[in-house]
Parts: sequence; C-alpha cells; structure tokens
Amino acid sequence: MAKAIIGKKVGMTQVFSEDGIVVPVTVVLAGPCVVTEVRTEEKDGYSAIQLGFDEILKESKVNKPMAGYFKKQGVKPMKFLKEFRGDAGEITVGQQVDVNIFEEGDLVDVQGTSIGKGFQGVVKRYGFAGGPKTHGSHFHRAPGSIGMCEFPGETPKGKKMPGRMGGKKVTVQNLSVVKVIPETNLLLVKGAIPGHDDAIVYIKEAVKAKK
Amino acid sequence: MKNKLIESVEAAFSNKEIPEFRSGDTVKVHFRIKEGTKERVQIYEGLVIKVHNNSSNSTFTVRKMVGDIGVERIFPFYSPKIDKVELVRKGRVRQARLYYMRELRGKAARIKERRKGF
Repeated sequence: MAKAIIGKKVGMTQVFSEDGIVVPVTVVLAGPCVVTEVRTEEKDGYSAIQLGFDEILKESKVNKPMAGYFKKQGVKPMKFLKEFRGDAGEITVGQQVDVNIFEEGDLVDVQGTSIGKGFQGVVKRYGFAGGPKTHGSHFHRAPGSIGMCEFPGETPKGKKMPGRMGGKKVTVQNLSVVKVIPETNLLLVKGAIPGHDDAIVYIKEAVKAKK
Repeated sequence: MKNKLIESVEAAFSNKEIPEFRSGDTVKVHFRIKEGTKERVQIYEGLVIKVHNNSSNSTFTVRKMVGDIGVERIFPFYSPKIDKVELVRKGRVRQARLYYMRELRGKAARIKERRKGF
C-alpha cells in the first residue's frame, strides 16, 4: 500500500524526548487528504494513488475542466493534487487519508520546493573554495578557469557556473516521525525539510528505510 | 508572533511549574543525571546571568566559580531532567544579561540583595 500524504509546512520548533534530550522538529499540517483517483496496472500501465489536499470552498475558484474532473470522480474540488506511486491495495476513490497512516518512529521522505536564493555565484551555489581574501590576492570568489587553453579549448557541458539557486524540487530522506497529533492533523518530523513556511510538501514512506 | 499550531505543539511541553526568578538571583538547580544505569539528582548552585524566554524553548544560564574557573551551564526551563529549581537569594542588578560578571573576581563580583520595593 502506498503510504503518502500531502501537507503544509508550518514551521520549526523543538520538543523534549522522554530522556530529556531536545529534538529539533518541523511541524507539518498534513492532510486530511482525499483519494481522487486510483491508477492500476491494467488500466494505466502503472499503479499509483492520486491524493487531493486543501478543499476549494468557493465554487467559482474551480476552473471548468477541473470542476468536470472532480465531478466525474465524485469528490470535492481540491487545491493540490499529487500522484504517489505504489500499489493501491484496498484504497478506493473518495477515501480519506490522514496523519494516522504514520506512527511515531516511522521513517519518511519529505519532498518540497527549496527556498529560492536568486542568482548566486559558485562559492555559495556549489561550495567552491574561492581564493584568499588578503595577502595581495586579487582572486576572491571567481570560478577560475572554465575551459583551459588550446586543449580542450572549450567549456565542458554541465560545467558548474553561477546561476539561479534554489526553488528546485528537493527530497530529504529518512527523517523520523517524532510525534503524530491526529486531533489537529499535525506531524512532527525530526530535522529540517525543504521550503519556506506554508509551502506544500509531500511526505512518503522512506524508500531506503531499513526493515 | 508565533504560529498558533506551533504554539499548540509547544504547549504540551511548557506546563511545568518553576519558581519565578530573574537575572542576578542565586538558584539551586536539581538536575537528574545518569551514571551508568543509576539515576541521581545533582544540585547545581550559582548565579543566574541570563534568562532567555521563548515558550517551550526557554532557557536560563547559571554561572558559578569552581576554584578560580568560571563554569556556566544553560538549562532548558522545561527539561524533564530538571526536578526543581530553588530560589536561594534575590539579587539587585541593573542589567538583564550579566555578562560583565565574567570579568569580575572576588569582592568585585558581589551582588547586593534585592529587597522589597526594588
């Protein structure tokens, strides 16, 4: 069964573990989600479930094609839709998915869009060392040589250069679930997760979890 | 202002009662430590030089002199390892952060007692 949920990053705080150790956690408002479609091997060539999160309350906010889709599926219109690969098992369309699918101590992968940093140089973007700041050096944060002289005489493709940084899809693997609060639909995940506060994140069962 | 959902998470941890004290006061902290498999309470007494308020993440710093060496420990207010905090003496100081105490030794490092009305 595909264990996944869509959530909203609320922010970070810290909690105490039972033996008094301070644990940094990210609070995620996860779900409740609704299964909007089930993909199967026979019908679609792959198996997955599509989840919807954050109901659209105002009818005029849904465009016509999407309104038609939701009507066909027989579910309420949702702001965010996302497919998660995995065998659906007994999951059916219209079923609710909430934080209770995870337990304390579970390992999860969290996917989100990292915070955009704008146009950055190679020192910040790729961790180049840069040059000395003083002692007569004129080489500070520049990328250095990018194509040598006569040979090869050209810049290799994929050469790390300055450019837009952040704002990309990032997955953080193997974060443990510290606490599940079903009353308020909150998940506490140990450590930091990608994105700014209020950003949409996808929480999945860890792919590389040791069993 | 903090997010309400975050506050609701923190509220579960910041419900312990701790006597009111401020910078300049002398306190005894009863702290549980583990030795092997046994657990015992260690008492750490010293001067509060800093109180950092941030809901469940609040901490206070206690400074004491061991011989000629200053020792500072930062305690989280709501740590489950703190059994209790005793207020030993109230001190009269004019700063909230007493970092200047690090420079002072002996007679210069005395702090007047805080009495009623101050």
